[in-house]
Amino acid sequence: MQEFIQLLNDVLAQYNLLTAFVFTALLMIAAQQASQRLTAGRIHPSAIAIALGLLLAALAGWYSGGRKGVADLPLLAGTGLLGGAMLRDLSIVATAFSVRADEFVCSGLWGILALALGLLTSFSTGAAIALVCGYRDPVSVTTIAAGAATYIVGPVTGTALHASSEVIALSVAAGLVKAVTVMLITPLIAPVIRLNTPRAAMIFGGLQGTNSGVIAGLAATNPKLVPYGAMTATFYTGLGCLLGPSLFFLIIRKILTTDH
Amino acid sequence: MVIYGTALLAACLLIGTVAGRVIGHSLGLESDLGGVGIAMLLLIASVTWLQKRKLLTTATESGIQYWSMLYVPIVVAMAASQNVCGALSGGLVAAAAGTIPVAACFSLTALLIRCAGDGQQPAVVVSNTTRSTHTENP
Repeated sequence: MQEFIQLLNDVLAQYNLLTAFVFTALLMIAAQQASQRLTAGRIHPSAIAIALGLLLAALAGWYSGGRKGVADLPLLAGTGLLGGAMLRDLSIVATAFSVRADEFVCSGLWGILALALGLLTSFSTGAAIALVCGYRDPVSVTTIAAGAATYIVGPVTGTALHASSEVIALSVAAGLVKAVTVMLITPLIAPVIRLNTPRAAMIFGGLQGTNSGVIAGLAATNPKLVPYGAMTATFYTGLGCLLGPSLFFLIIRKILTTDH
Repeated sequence: MVIYGTALLAACLLIGTVAGRVIGHSLGLESDLGGVGIAMLLLIASVTWLQKRKLLTTATESGIQYWSMLYVPIVVAMAASQNVCGALSGGLVAAAAGTIPVAACFSLTALLIRCAGDGQQPAVVVSNTTRSTHTENP
């Protein structure tokens, strides 16, 4: 028996991508059942599956002390590959197969406007929060504000400006909180703000910008909207990395130095 | 053949990522600027081009569609491999900086959606034709 368990362990760890398929499918089944039995179908199964995934990631992180959620457990290492950037982007691009090209063109301007507004809003509210929390030097304020954009913009900006490692870690944490919040809140808020059309999804993607948050939030709202939101969100992190250490830093430094 | 569809999809993402990184690099960034977006536009353009010439067989299409139908589970796997503990350990500053901008952006989203809906182009509800295979739609 001991030998059999060892053997099973070996196979599951060696063929970890296949294990990840089975693991994810089990999560989906659990979510489907929970949605039907506990909420009478009111909460979308994808939303429950994503929340369940986040919960398991928290438990796994607490247990293993790692940074990749369940992917830090040897048996579930394949989850990191399945949910990693390569296959995620492949499947997101594949969803463009069924989009309407005219909708992209018609809503493009709204998407660009949303991108500009989204970056400006996240940076300015993030900077205001950093100030309220007692940070006064422009480098730390800009880095925390960049974390309020996404968890990639934060460390990229912080590294470029030579921020302290604690502030960089804080900006990553802020970006992660943002991603998780968007994932969980979007399906609940979508009906209220009428997030139900391709154009609305493009606006939403540009304003929130956090790729994983936008994609997961829309997937739990209506999977058909994902490519539209992903389209604008994909520009957000890059633009944030471009503007964070340059324009936004200069503005924040100007404001902070004239203040005193 | 199925592999043609998957290969087309993969090629679009590869080209898009290279283009995104080249654009990022030319602006002095380490990161990718819009790679996935460029890949999506490439896929839409090449699929339209192939459809016009009737070169897109059902088998080729299914090589793309398989991946487009897999993305909900992929997103779940992504959620399960996030650094959630890192988010929770950031304390009050991280919690505030991660949620208040989200709230502000949600209100702006509502506002912009309302404005956009008033334009000449009425907001169109997504058509149900191409991807009816999604059983879990609300």
